[in-house]
Parts: sequence; structure tokens; C-alpha cells
Amino acid sequence: MYRETTIVADENQNLAAKEAGDFIINVGPQHPATHGVLHLVITLNGETIKKVEPHLGFIHRSIEKMCESLTYRQFIYVTSRMDYLSSHINNHACALCVEKGMQVEIPGRAKVIRILMDELTRIASHELWLGAMAMDLGAFTPFFHTFRERELINDIMEETCGARLTMNYIVPGGVMQDIHPNFQKKVKDFVKQFTSKIGEMDEIVTGNTIFQNRMKGVGILSKEDAVSFGCTGPAARGSGVSCDTRKIFPYEGYEKLQFDEILENGCDSFARYMIRIREMQQSIRIIEQLIDNIPEGDFQAKTKAVIKLPKGEFYQRVETARGQFGVFIVSEGGTTPYRIKFRSPGFSNLSALDHMARGSKLGDLVAMMGTLDLVIPDIDR
Amino acid sequence: MSKGLPLWGRFGGGFMFLINYIKTVFSTVKSMLVGMRRTGYYFTHHKEIITEEYPDNRETMHLPERFKGEVVMPHDEKNEHRCTGCTACELACPNGTIKVVTKFDITPEGKKKKAIDKLVYHLELCTMCNLCIVACPSDAIKMAQTFEHSVFDRSQLTKVLNNPGSKIMDGVE
Amino acid sequence: MGQMISLSEISKIIDNWLRATFNPTWTLIIEMVIAGVCVIGLFAVLGLVLVIMERKVSAWIQIRLGPNRVGPKGMFQSMADTVKLLVKEGLTPDGADKFLFNLAPLIAIVVAMLLMAPIAFARDFQMWDINIGVLYVSAVSSVMVISILMAGWASNNKYSLLGAMRSGAQIVSYELSAGLSIIAIVILTGSLSFNEIVHSQVDGWWIFKGHIPVLIAFVIFIIAATAETNRAPFDLAEAESELTAGFHTEYSGMKFALFFLAEYVNVFIVCAIGATLFLGGWMPFHIGSWQGFNQVMDYIPSSIWFMGKTFFLIFLIMWFRWTFPRLRIDQLLNLEWKYLLPISMFNLLLVTAMAILGWHF
Ligand code: SF4
Ligand code: SF4
Repeated sequence: MYRETTIVADENQNLAAKEAGDFIINVGPQHPATHGVLHLVITLNGETIKKVEPHLGFIHRSIEKMCESLTYRQFIYVTSRMDYLSSHINNHACALCVEKGMQVEIPGRAKVIRILMDELTRIASHELWLGAMAMDLGAFTPFFHTFRERELINDIMEETCGARLTMNYIVPGGVMQDIHPNFQKKVKDFVKQFTSKIGEMDEIVTGNTIFQNRMKGVGILSKEDAVSFGCTGPAARGSGVSCDTRKIFPYEGYEKLQFDEILENGCDSFARYMIRIREMQQSIRIIEQLIDNIPEGDFQAKTKAVIKLPKGEFYQRVETARGQFGVFIVSEGGTTPYRIKFRSPGFSNLSALDHMARGSKLGDLVAMMGTLDLVIPDIDR
Repeated sequence: MSKGLPLWGRFGGGFMFLINYIKTVFSTVKSMLVGMRRTGYYFTHHKEIITEEYPDNRETMHLPERFKGEVVMPHDEKNEHRCTGCTACELACPNGTIKVVTKFDITPEGKKKKAIDKLVYHLELCTMCNLCIVACPSDAIKMAQTFEHSVFDRSQLTKVLNNPGSKIMDGVE
Repeated sequence: MGQMISLSEISKIIDNWLRATFNPTWTLIIEMVIAGVCVIGLFAVLGLVLVIMERKVSAWIQIRLGPNRVGPKGMFQSMADTVKLLVKEGLTPDGADKFLFNLAPLIAIVVAMLLMAPIAFARDFQMWDINIGVLYVSAVSSVMVISILMAGWASNNKYSLLGAMRSGAQIVSYELSAGLSIIAIVILTGSLSFNEIVHSQVDGWWIFKGHIPVLIAFVIFIIAATAETNRAPFDLAEAESELTAGFHTEYSGMKFALFFLAEYVNVFIVCAIGATLFLGGWMPFHIGSWQGFNQVMDYIPSSIWFMGKTFFLIFLIMWFRWTFPRLRIDQLLNLEWKYLLPISMFNLLLVTAMAILGWHF
């Protein structure tokens, strides 16, 4: 049984749309620029954007509801299907949240492996973003060049976790399997190749004058707006908001590592772009610190076969490639969660799009969406 | 430009504009040429090509041993497997992919013993999450490295993992 | 001269034979038919060659192999594509203006065909040696925009309309600087005929003997040519990530193929014009007093020289496409009106002064 819903149109909005010279186009749900099934209703005046309305729901799979019927071991794999580009980090957040409830201490080896995997995932995600964003701006070549490095990460993941995208490697209590014997060598090879090739992106993309003109001064999101829209991750740090969860609420031993929170004050698309480029270098720094110092020991703590969380509420946040990802579990003491809520970064970041896009050109909208790094299943869940 | 400025000042302003204009033109051209040099390098260096010619490279293609392709049940040469029919995998699976159908064997001593009749596996439902493999107490199932799963009929994706006529291995409880 | 059998000789043989067999009127008609068939054949070949070239260039730049299934190294891929496009259904959307919708691709292809006429493909081999060839080309190429506007308007699709409007603004603006850079050569040569322009370069191509001003004119011409043919980084009319496919969003099958073909043929034509004006057309490459070297160069047929230069320019334009991001519409117009146009005007002044003072070789 479901209730019938009537959609009450907003009178004022409809009036506003009827102004003379307005031109409404639908970008999406099938459109090359949206990288997924996002539907944007754009009101244009000539080429200038007057309003952007995101319409969601095309890929809503009710993941939160699904998780309520799965046990604490089972629900983690579903979260890979939300933000599929940082699936590892999502899994990590869920595992941490369950561990918080179980009160188990994770072995040091598992912690280090988890961080290494997180940072590799972050780099892979940013690499894909870089290529896809360049493609949005009409440069197709960087896409293939960034995929070359991303492929190496995928190979590492494939070897250790058994899958390339939806790894499901992190389980409550540690990681599912020990790292592959080749892991360290391969990661070192990757670091070497990455550092030698990232400069090429400066030549093709960052340094290119057309690219800079497309990015600089476009999609302004002031610091106050970034905070009030709830933006997190590179989208907010590009406006100078310090919000790196790894620094503010350290988890899993990030507090012991040396890395910088990247901040830029440009507030424009270029600042958000530079944040991600520089973040990749910080991730490399973290990997370099850890790769030779993986402690010996177990990769998994001893846990019961059936996990039961005590009655209560548990919250855990982590920093994914797109921003702050939060897991909220309400437990009634059983083997399945009573309620799960995910706070996904993409949703809040998308809400800033309308504000950023007003008054700029249609071509810039694509660039803005690119720098927000939207992953639609993450927004829609 | 303010009024009080002497003539050379105004001229200087225009001159600065001209200098900046020319600078912009040159830096633009330079950045373009830098990008073109990089793409030109890749155009002429074909050994950098990373395309893998699947499916021509099926023979040489190497998948890591942990790759999660599909769940299989290994049998030894005597057509024996290790599955006890404990249904731990069925319980661990989040998608209801595995169905363990049990039967009762009569042992030589005349006692009834639980064994599997069929271990039904729905490949189309499986998300390759590895939870069943981890849950299995007797290592009866594992992941195979196959990945070319497409078939014309969906019913072909429902598989029975134990071979017909197979028995449980001695010593596996 | 020890030339191999050349295109002009072949055409002369055919002409003589026809004249001997038929009366003059029939000769003319048959020759026209032959020319028409040749142009259409050239179109088909150009389309096939340029598409496979584009795909290979993009693949190698993008560290891929590119098409490699049909024929040796995928060389017949574009034929397979053509067959696919031929057998596809040509949809006409419901709300479209049917007549204009179907007319637009034809105009595109007819314009491309007309532009072929005055181009000198080889020594003494030219369909129509019109004495105002340069003017003719500039004038006819402006008609191209009509087909794009027509397609965009008739499709009854908002993306198409936006793409068409963008392209209108773009082509109209870039025609100015393309024209001005062409005029630079016209001033130096003192003639509008392609034939005479080529002959004026017998002692050196304009790009060498015209010093820096001609070099600047050449660069501007290449930029404007890229923009006029709607190719990246100026492909705003189709801007895939913004407007899905711009003015030809609604076209499918053969109608789409005609637009596609027209785009490539236009690229060929602007590059041919560029090669004729700046790189000496079919003139071989000579270095001052190196007699031996010059004779070797002379031995290469003039049609090869022409095609080589043209394809070099085409490669350049493809190279642009696979390197640069797309401009925004206001930046596109800024580039034209704030940079290219003033520079080419100033440049024109220099060229004129140079021509009057006789500074070129
Ligand atoms: S891999 Fe996961 S989904 Fe597939 S059968 Fe095992 S537990 Fe079920
Ligand atoms: S495969 Fe393993 S877990 Fe499943 S029924 Fe057999 S023994 Fe039990």
C-alpha cells in the first residue's frame, strides 16, 4: 500500500519560468555531460543560465532500506554501489561504524592496509575525475592518459581484493584477506610511474590557456556559501573551508601520518581543480610513509560469526574522494540494523550547483559539474 | 586614467596594455605548443600504446588468482568435494544466491548422515562479494577466474555446483 | 622533363579523344559528366580516408591502437562504417520542418562540391580556372552556415537550435580573419586566380619568402579554418558534452553521413586552399642553388606534392582537435574580435607595405 502523492507546483517558480526569452532545456537523464542519470532542468536566457534544477531519483535503489534487512557483515558490500569510485572508502566507513558498536580493537596491520587502500582508491577516483572533466571540456586525450595510471591501481586492487571496482575487501574486524605478496612492489611501481607522469597533465591540461580560461573565475562558491550548502571535500576546500575529516576527526591512525590538508582560496572551478591535483600528491605521500612500514601480525581481529550490535546509535564519518561520508546506524540489539542513514557528499555538493551556475554560460555548467565531481549513484542512493 | 597624468603617462598606459596583450598572445601560443609536443610525442611513440587486444589475447591473458569471477566447488579426481551441507554459505549470502538442498545418506553402519543433494548457485544474482567463501567452514567452495558469463538464456545461469554423483571427501566433517 | 605520367596529360588525352569522336557540345557534356563523377568519387574516397586517418591519429595520440578489425590494421573500418550508415533508418522527427530538414544536408554537400571546382590539384589540372578563385571560395563557403542554421532550425530541437546559433555567430566572425589572411597573399600576388597564385610561388613558397607577416597570416588562417569547419577546439556547434550533438542531434543514417562527409570534405578544402596559398600548391620544394636536390624534387609528381601538403595541414588540424579543450562561446568571439582580427589587420598593413616596397624575395 502506498499513498498517492500529488505534486503541488510552486506557483512562483512557474511564473518565473514564463518570462519572455526564457529557454528551458533538459540536460539528462541521458546526456553525455552528466556521467549518469542526473536530470538537470536548465532555464536559459540565450546562453546564460538563469536557473538549474536538479531532478533526482532516476537511480534510486533504496540502499538504506535494503541495508535494514541485511546483517552487519552483509550490508557493507551494498555501500560499494553508492559512490562506486570510492567504494573502498565507503566500505571502510561502514566497517568502522560496526566496529565502534562491537568495541573491537583492529590489528595494526589491518589498519595500515585499510589506509593504503583508501589512499589508492582516492588517487584512482581523482584520476578518473581528471580525465572525465577534461573530456567534459572537450579534450578527449587526457582521459586515456589518466586511465593508464588508474589501470595500475585497478590491477593492484584486482590482485589483492579480487575485484577492480566493487572490492568488498574491508570487513568488520579487519580486512578480508591478507595483502598479496606482490602488493608492496606493485604499489612502489605505481608511485614511481605516477610521479613521473603526473607532470604530463600539467602540459596537456593544467597549463593550457584555453583550459585555464575555462576554469578561472567560473563557478564561484564563496566560503560562506560552501558552509551553508553543506559542501565538503575538494568542493569546499577550494573555497578555503577546512573540512578534511582525516585531519579534523582522525580515524584509523590518520593522526599519526604526515600529510597536509590542501586548501585553496580561489573559490572557483580552478581552485577545486587544483585541490584534487594536489591531493593526489598528498595521497602519494601517505602511501610512501606506509608502504614499507606495514606491521606484521593478523589482518583480522577475532570476531564472532554473527555480529550483534548493542542497542544504541553509532555514527562514523570518513573522507571519501568527494567529501565527507557518514554512516549512522541505529541498533535495536539485533543482527540487522534498525535504521541506517548515509550522509553522502555528492548530494550536498550538488545542491550548490544552482547557486554557482546562475549567470554563467551553458558551457561553464559542464565545467562546474566536472569540478564538483558528481557521482550520481552517490547522490541518489 | 586620472586627469593629472602627463601625456607620456597615458601613452605609458597604452604601452603597458600593448605589452600585456603581446605577452598573452605569446604565453597562449607557448602553452598550446607545449600540449601539442606532448600529444605529438605519443603520436610518434607507438610503444607507449597500452591497448590489450582482448579477445585475441585470451591465451596469454593473466588474471590474478584472487579474481572473483564465479563461485565454484572444486572436486578431486575421485569426484569428491568437501561440502558438508552446513548452509553457512546460504546464510552468509546477502542476495540469496546460494541454495543448499540436503538429503540424508545411509552410512555403511546404517546411520543416517546429512549430505548435500544439490548446491544451487544463481550466477545472475551473485555480486561476487566473497562472503560465502569466507563463511564456509570446510573450504568447499572457491572463486574461479572465469568472467565470460554471457549466455543467451537466463536459465543457463542457474548452476548446480556439485558434480552429479559426487560424494563428500573422507575426513571432512 | 622526365615527369611520370601526370594528371594533366591524362585529361588531355581524354579531351583529344572526345573531340575527335564527338561534336563540341557533346564533348563538353561528357566532360562535365566525367568531372561530376570524379568529384563524387573523390568525395567518397576523401571521406573514407579522412575518417580512418582521424581515428588512427586520435588513437595513437591517446595511446590506443584504434580500429584494427576490418581489413589490414583496420584500414577498411570506414567502409564498414559507411555501409552501416547507409542501411540505417533515416529518421525525421515528428515536429520537424520536413522539407528544410531534408534539404539541409544536401546544401552542405553541394556547397562542399562547389568549393572543389577552382582548386588546382596538380600542374595544369584544375576543373575551373576562374580568375576570381579566391573570392569565389570565400563567397561560396559562407553558404555553409546556411545549411547548419537550416538543420538546427528545422530539427525542432533545442539543442540543435542552440548549436546552430552558436555556429552562425562563429562562422560569420571567423570568416573575417580567414578572409584577411587570404587577402595578405592576394596582395603579394596581385591576383585572385589560384593558378596564378601557385605560379607566383615558383621561386619559393609564400611562407618562406613572405617573412614573418605571412607566417602570422598562415597561423591565423589555420586557426580560422579550424573554426570555420567547426572542429575542436572550436566545435561549439556540436559541443558534445553540452549539446549532445549540436545541430545534427536529430539526424541519423545517410543524412547524418552527409553532414559528416561535408565536415571532412570542408576540412580537406580549407587545407587545400591553405596549401595553395601559403605552401605553394603543387609546386615542389626547391632550395636555392641545390640543382641535384631540386631535380629529385621535380621528379615527384605535382599531384603528390599537393596532396602531401594538404594532408600535412589536415594532420595539423586533427592534432589540434585531440590536444585542446573546447572554448566557451564568449571566449570564442573574444579570440576573434580581440585577438585575431586586430592582429590580422595590423598584419595586412605590414604585408601591404612589404608588397609596395618589394621586400619579399
Ligand atoms: S559471492 Fe556473495 S553474492 Fe555471490 S554467492 Fe557468495 S555470498 Fe552470495
Ligand atoms: S559450501 Fe561450505 S558453507 Fe556451503 S553448505 Fe557446503 S560446507 Fe557449508
